[in-house]
Amino acid sequence: MTFSPELEKRFTALLTRYPEGRTRSAVIPMLMYAQDETGAITGEVIEEVARRCKVTPLQVDEVVGYYSMLHRKPMGKFHVQVCTNISCLLVGGEELYNHASKTLGIGHKQVTADGQFSLEEVECMGACSWAPAVEINYDFHHHVTPEKLDELIRGLRKSQ
Amino acid sequence: MAEQVKLTIDGREVHAEKGALLIEVARQNGIEVPAFCYHQDYTLQAACRMCLVEIEKTPKLQVGCTTPVAEGMVVRTDSDLVKKARKGTLEFLLTNHPLDCPVCDKGGECELQDMVFRYGAGESRFVERKVHTDEKQWSPVVFFDAPRCILCYRCVRVCNEGMNVGALGVGNRGVIAEIIPNKHDHLECDECGACIDICPVGALTSGAYRYQTRPWEMEHVGTICTHCGDGCKTTLGVRNDEIMRGNNRDQTGINGEFLCVKGRYAFDFTKHPERLQSPMMKTAKGFEPISWARALTMVGERFSLAKLSHKKFGVIGSNHTTNEENFFLAKFARQGLETKHIDHHRSGDLATFFDALSGKTNALATADDVDKAKGVLVVGADLAQQHPFLAFQARANFRHHHAQVFTVTTGPVREDNYAAASVRVQKGGEVAGAESLRDKLKAAGDLVILFGDAVQGDALRKLIAFGDSLGIPVKYICLVDYANSRGAFDMGLIPRDGGMSREQMLAATDLDVLWVVGANPLKNAKLASHPFMVVQDLFMTETAQQADIVLPAASAYEKNGTVTNTAGQVQKLTRAISVMGTKTDLEIFGQIAKEMGLNLGIWLPDKVFAEIRKSVHGYDISPATLAVSPAPTMPLNGRVAALPGAIQSAGDTLFTSGSLSKYSHTLNSVMEAPGKLYGGER
Repeated sequence: MTFSPELEKRFTALLTRYPEGRTRSAVIPMLMYAQDETGAITGEVIEEVARRCKVTPLQVDEVVGYYSMLHRKPMGKFHVQVCTNISCLLVGGEELYNHASKTLGIGHKQVTADGQFSLEEVECMGACSWAPAVEINYDFHHHVTPEKLDELIRGLRKSQ
Repeated sequence: MAEQVKLTIDGREVHAEKGALLIEVARQNGIEVPAFCYHQDYTLQAACRMCLVEIEKTPKLQVGCTTPVAEGMVVRTDSDLVKKARKGTLEFLLTNHPLDCPVCDKGGECELQDMVFRYGAGESRFVERKVHTDEKQWSPVVFFDAPRCILCYRCVRVCNEGMNVGALGVGNRGVIAEIIPNKHDHLECDECGACIDICPVGALTSGAYRYQTRPWEMEHVGTICTHCGDGCKTTLGVRNDEIMRGNNRDQTGINGEFLCVKGRYAFDFTKHPERLQSPMMKTAKGFEPISWARALTMVGERFSLAKLSHKKFGVIGSNHTTNEENFFLAKFARQGLETKHIDHHRSGDLATFFDALSGKTNALATADDVDKAKGVLVVGADLAQQHPFLAFQARANFRHHHAQVFTVTTGPVREDNYAAASVRVQKGGEVAGAESLRDKLKAAGDLVILFGDAVQGDALRKLIAFGDSLGIPVKYICLVDYANSRGAFDMGLIPRDGGMSREQMLAATDLDVLWVVGANPLKNAKLASHPFMVVQDLFMTETAQQADIVLPAASAYEKNGTVTNTAGQVQKLTRAISVMGTKTDLEIFGQIAKEMGLNLGIWLPDKVFAEIRKSVHGYDISPATLAVSPAPTMPLNGRVAALPGAIQSAGDTLFTSGSLSKYSHTLNSVMEAPGKLYGGER
């Protein structure tokens, strides 16, 4: 399969970053970048990453199965991740998640009909000091309240 | 000797090599530390937490399988704390594990069952519903039942590291983590079943064996696999005169924990419905069953008559039958029938090999040397396909001792995956290819060279001259195809002193009698003459169909005796079953000799072996040695004159072994096209 020239450049640089014979170290970043461009980790992506990192497709498959941030099906344009782990839970993380679910009309790892939003209930993101935390794509949002979340979603809807 | 340390385990002072693993040191001193994930041959995992031990001055319990011993360490493996921890670990492992041992195929030989029985964690504090997934079939021989899996990763490691196939992995995480096959819903692999054998629980089970019987209902007979020349020990589980399974239960063979698909599953030819169970005579209406007495009398009479009138006898022996049988047959032919036209299907140029090595000592490598040498050179052979055990040894050597493995072949082979250097050559260019590696081979320090039928005659002499010129210790293995190819040669089933080769016999126009034992020379050839033909075999092969009399023979799993593997190691066969109506080839020879009034000695394996000891160079092995271990590679047979006839390997794959594999249901049921298992994937 083919990737954009920018991504190809990134992959080439990535493979030189590790000691010789350790190309397998590039599996996770390569999968992340590929997912950003193609939207999901398909079988084709797995084969391609395996070939480039000189591991078996099965070994890449293991990684994809293990990490929850790698998706086999495309998520929404804006992937809303709400933490419900202990610190966030104590200050309303779960309510926040339920609110998001109601607002967007979707559940865990589901995508809205228009493909704009997807929702995921995630484990600790390391943002306990600013709980409850929400991550939308790669952007963190701290001390999020239901109102603040609605505002964020409205803003994103408008931005298109 | 490495630095020694002194430590205390359970109040006993023990000495150990510095850096050795605690679990190993304990085991060497007779103290069992239970573990599921630990396996001495594979990388450390520390996944099961079963081997927790108490170490003084360490606040928490430590895993014995990854902790190296140190000077002055004080370890307790039997304290209440340790027992409590083990019980807790078991309780965890049983969170989702069904407690239905009486249903499970592993019941009775399950490591988890044994441990739970000992530590009594059968009752759980977990009240949650158990996570259940349905059982899956991944191949005709591999079934996976996820809830029983304790995620010890043994199967994953044996497949990655031992077999270098990498067909198993772990998918998902946490409570839904499970073993996954390489093709999503099925396996594409060697089907060797090593994962099943190494599984400590009933998660991976064998399609050929599951739910057939219980381990305690079988008798376990250790014998030598009859499919290729490597001579692996396979332990046959026998119930009511039927082989239920093959595995390497006690791992005492030269092959350790290794067995391939053939050794593990391909015993089922013994009960194939087409198995011959009565002597047959060709009549105008086709083949008709006759009694043994009549058949033997007829053969005896015809042989005697032909001998009296000085007719021309041809004898084609087998590369599957025992040394005793081959020896007796060669003697029968030379002394009894007074013919020198004796041969068998030769798949390696042993004659030139022994001749070229004559006068050298320590030039023959054993299977163990392939695991110990600093360098291994494979010339003109697809080791992984044709000699799976030797391929495993080379890989083990690479993994454990960082051996340098070199390949010189016409096409890609699996050894390329880890080889220090691979050279592709045109057919006939094998020796030149090896020579191009001269400096690298020299640098290895010492070397084992394995070569196949591609290297014969002058090329073989050149290869050995090349080995000599390296100036390092070099040992050789001449690869031959079948369970006793080497033995057939050593016992003299060869056309020496001007005898006709197999091809010459088939092409001769004046052959009067042809006696074929356990061979199928007419599979791809035609007989030029119309001799009286006697065939001893398991099945109605292409050759048997042209015979006048067919005698049903016992297979290697149905007889006692010895066989010699491709490296010259002599090992004992032990009879596992008897098949009604068949006789061992040795008994058939003896009975025919009796009919003919010949005195060729007693036809009991032990007696014949005693004679072999006296008369075959290199076979003076005491029964006691033979009983406990494979006799090591023998001194050389000395000069052997060049022989007529073609030498060609049958080119078997992982899933074939001549006519035996044709009648193995299991081998025919695996779906892989063997050629596809190589290259490209990595």
